[in-house]
Amino acid sequence: MIETQGVSKRYGDALVVDDVSLSIPKGGFTSIIGPNGAGKSTLLSMISRLTPMSAGSVLVDGMDVTRTPGNVLARRLSILRQDNQTSLRLTVRDLVAFGRFPHSGGRLTAEDLRHVDEAMDYLRLNEYRDRPIDELSGGQRQRAYVAMVMCQDTEYVLLDEPLNNIDMRFAVDMMQLLRRAADEKGKTVVVVLHDINFASCYSDHIIAMRQGKPAYQGTPQQIIRDEVLRDLYQMDIRVHEVDGQRICVYFRMA
Amino acid sequence: MVLNSWRSPALRVLLLTVLALLCVVGFMTLNVQTDWAFILEYRGSRLLALLLTACAIGISTVLFQTITHSRLLTPALMGFDVLYVLVNTLVLLVWGGSELAAWPPALRFALQVLVMVGLALLLFRLLFSGSVRSLHLMILLGMLAGMLFRELSELAARVLDPSEFGISTGVPQASFRRINTQLLGAAAAGLAVAGLLLLRWRRCLDVLSLGRDIAINLGVAHGRVVLGIMAVVAILVSVATVLVGPTLFFGLLIANLAYWFTGSQRHCWTLPASVLAGIICLVGGQLLLEHVLASTLPLALVIELAGGLLFIALLMRGVRQ
Repeated sequence: MIETQGVSKRYGDALVVDDVSLSIPKGGFTSIIGPNGAGKSTLLSMISRLTPMSAGSVLVDGMDVTRTPGNVLARRLSILRQDNQTSLRLTVRDLVAFGRFPHSGGRLTAEDLRHVDEAMDYLRLNEYRDRPIDELSGGQRQRAYVAMVMCQDTEYVLLDEPLNNIDMRFAVDMMQLLRRAADEKGKTVVVVLHDINFASCYSDHIIAMRQGKPAYQGTPQQIIRDEVLRDLYQMDIRVHEVDGQRICVYFRMA
Repeated sequence: MVLNSWRSPALRVLLLTVLALLCVVGFMTLNVQTDWAFILEYRGSRLLALLLTACAIGISTVLFQTITHSRLLTPALMGFDVLYVLVNTLVLLVWGGSELAAWPPALRFALQVLVMVGLALLLFRLLFSGSVRSLHLMILLGMLAGMLFRELSELAARVLDPSEFGISTGVPQASFRRINTQLLGAAAAGLAVAGLLLLRWRRCLDVLSLGRDIAINLGVAHGRVVLGIMAVVAILVSVATVLVGPTLFFGLLIANLAYWFTGSQRHCWTLPASVLAGIICLVGGQLLLEHVLASTLPLALVIELAGGLLFIALLMRGVRQ
């Protein structure tokens, strides 16, 4: 379980994340949604110790993220931010293999190689294995980074807007893959999402943030509702049930 | 290992090693006219100084570029070489020359390296805390820092009694033309200490080049490791500067030659390649100028010119992107 206790982030006078105490259950797929500037990404990066907190603490399975040694945490929790641009000339396979660093410290064992191959298969990257990552398209590169995180083989997998800049097909692919990681491998997947329809169709649990605080939490049935979304985004959003999925319509209002 | 193709970095590093060895042998044996014992000792000490310099500058530049994620920034460009010159005079000013004169030169060097590490870490945190985002502004700041340190060091030298200044470790006067061979032992010891420290973090280096967030995700204690590596860089800069004085573009030249020639980003290839490129440039260059071309053109001038042109080319390419 991930627990945040009174977590805040302040940049000068701006309070980006405001005294957040919440818990994310172990297992399943949790989405964090909310308007721009709600503090979703900042909260995620504080949970994963990438950004220092101004106040509060975060516990992952009881371990304080600011005090636990980095390599211990790296075997329990992985984080992938958006915009992973690199000028490094690395092949896809080399990048994915870095995911084993917390386990092997840079010397790959047979066990590590098995994980690397499995992650490459899982993200269908085998045909690109020897291609340099800077020659890949945005969607392929994103998949390579997700494969790195998958091969890190952590209980908790945190992703900040993994669907950014990738087209519909790859986006559906990615969400299905993350869903499978939760269902088949029992991982706890936590994702910051902009597209509320993806959040609606794939999540077990949704945390809706506004102005640095979680405004609503619950299952998609509880959160993906006209009145909740209107309050959250301050706009008219109609929820329709289509083929058993709750779909939000907000593109053109009468 | 993987020697199956000419593209393999291992093969290329091997090639560089052979080339560097040829330069070393040529440097020691070409045109020996007088008695061998004298030549071996005279050339040997200069060779050793050049080898130590190539190691110090080659390794420090690649490490610095890894922790700053840039192929353009080097310790020399950011003013760290001149910072060591400043430390050299400041230590004399603060402790008093007459007292320090009683110290063995190696101990004086050790004291200066300690002060240098402290100040270099401070300067590094100041420049690279994240507030300066533009690369061009960073280069400008580095050059300004270099100028400031140079002026301060000259000011401090004027304050010093000329006799006290005379017992400084000879740094302000050291250059490729007047290599400081008195401190070879101390410089070698400094290099060894830096190497031992670096061993602790050798496996983190490749991970660091993936960027801060990914390095932290993979369990590297980023802040601490980066400062540790910067301390290693500061020791290496001291070693190089005490031997040959401040350089400007030499590190940039050999580090980029290493990346280009190995075609790899792995530190197990780029670090040795950068050192070997340094040896080929310094020892081979000296050999070529002195014995083959019989030219009086200073080596430093040729190297800095080549490095300067490369700097402009890299800068222009950055602008176009």
